[in-house]
Amino acid sequence: MTALRYGVSDTLVLARRSLLRIPRQPDLLVGFTVQPILFVLLFVYVFGGAIQTPGFDYVDFLMPGIIVQSICFGGFVTALGLADDLKKGLMDRFRSLPMTRSALLTGRTLGDVVTNVFQLIVMLVVGLLVGFNFSGSVGEAIAGIALCLLIGYAFSWVFAFIGLTASSPEAANAYGFTILFPLTFVSSAFVPVASMPSWLQPIAERNPFTYMVNAVRALFLGIPAGNDVWLALLWTLAIIVVFAPLSAWRYRRVVAR
Amino acid sequence: MPADPAVETSGLHKSYGDVQALRGVDLSVETGSVFGLLGPNGAGKTTAVRILTTLLAPDEGSARVAGFDVVRDARKVRQHIGLAGQYAAVDENLTGFENLEMVGRLYHLGRGHSRDRARELLASFDLSEAGDRLVRTYSGGMRRRLDLAAALVARPPVLFLDEPTTGLDIRSRIGLWDAIEALVSEGTTVLLTTQYLDEADRLADRIAVIDQGLVIAEGTPEELKSQVGGERLEIHLCDGDRGEEAVVALASIASDQPFLEDGTVRVPVAERRGTIAAAVRRLDEAGIAIDDIAVSTPTLDDVFLTLTGRAVEQETEEAEAQSR
Repeated sequence: MTALRYGVSDTLVLARRSLLRIPRQPDLLVGFTVQPILFVLLFVYVFGGAIQTPGFDYVDFLMPGIIVQSICFGGFVTALGLADDLKKGLMDRFRSLPMTRSALLTGRTLGDVVTNVFQLIVMLVVGLLVGFNFSGSVGEAIAGIALCLLIGYAFSWVFAFIGLTASSPEAANAYGFTILFPLTFVSSAFVPVASMPSWLQPIAERNPFTYMVNAVRALFLGIPAGNDVWLALLWTLAIIVVFAPLSAWRYRRVVAR
Repeated sequence: MPADPAVETSGLHKSYGDVQALRGVDLSVETGSVFGLLGPNGAGKTTAVRILTTLLAPDEGSARVAGFDVVRDARKVRQHIGLAGQYAAVDENLTGFENLEMVGRLYHLGRGHSRDRARELLASFDLSEAGDRLVRTYSGGMRRRLDLAAALVARPPVLFLDEPTTGLDIRSRIGLWDAIEALVSEGTTVLLTTQYLDEADRLADRIAVIDQGLVIAEGTPEELKSQVGGERLEIHLCDGDRGEEAVVALASIASDQPFLEDGTVRVPVAERRGTIAAAVRRLDEAGIAIDDIAVSTPTLDDVFLTLTGRAVEQETEEAEAQSR
């Protein structure tokens, strides 16, 4: 019981630490707010006119995709933070304390959930301002938001793994973008998969990110989801099941040098 | 019956691939004392500290800290130690206060107690005014003080300081030494690694000299110094050609045969008191004029040179050149 209580309290202490960092590093704050907003404006007003989304207004098509994308990148704080802790020797300090060791990872990823909520609010406000409408039920909208947060949490573990694997915060940055950018763009997030070249379509259709975006889009817009919600949920949980232990393993390895 | 040692290791081995960092290290640190682990870069000091603070498991051998095994009872060990590392391990994006409070919470001191303790430590390390500023605005010396404060949050009975003053200017070093001495006077056991001989000499009750993963000498600073000979008179003559005459004239006051080295007459003496006056008298009687006379005490630099055949500074520079 005591172990569990300490585990929770250590996680909360370290989540708070992770969050305190954000307002103090203006570049992170920009990454969370200005960057996604610019993305929305660019896609809606610059590319939107050229992209055909049969059956949807482009802004309705776009917002779920861009929200899922920015939430996936939210875990970035975890990658940067862990890489930074390793580089600066803070990891040694934490490991010499009688705290729950895993709290360094659970604290970071929990901190990400809070930044993701904040980011989600920003994105939804911007979306509503540029003409996005929830066309589904309230229940569906809430389910969609919950799914977004779960997806964000799963990607935090991917980023934790990246942060613990990269040799420096800069390298973590580079890995993160190199992996996530193609994944998010070769998907249904910004354009309909049907508009892609035929060789690319099967890849985009089977991209887990496509399932996630389709699921959130269906829930936000109240359109039939088919199996997308279940597949998205399955993929999200699979990412957590794979990357949480993988991160824990890296964490033990990387600090045992 | 004497108290159990605060730190005790036996036959510690650790290799990184082909590199043997520790090749069988036995140490025993008496409770309430300051123990200096002295050696050049790459000697294995940091590896030893990382094993003792549970950051690293030894390949072979065992170690107990505050009575607990560092592998089997790692968590118990962590409750009884504080660690201040080579580079100040504090969070730059938090304030000094937030750093200490966080460490207190992670030692499970509770919120209120953690805050009180943080304020108390900021005050005693002269950081009260800077306590609410972000650490990234701190100077190097302030960061080290905060790092040391963080190691003391839970009043650990055993404190590990891994090169606490490396890279600090002389004023900050002396400030940190004073802080460490104050702690020791309160009964904390300190294990300190350093490349600085003056630091070990000033702070440590006992010193182990470590080189290439082995302890090559151990004792009090005085014992180590006496291994390279005791005090010596060093006399410069006005007329350098009369050195041999001076050696003969001074033989009767010397504890060992006087000798000439680089034009200086060196006279080993057993007793410091009165020897300068006696030497001056003898040389005066022989009609040999003195340019300068001084008593020289061997330093730990001499000890290291004698033990390893290498000077510490030179070794360090080489290691740094290699790591670049």
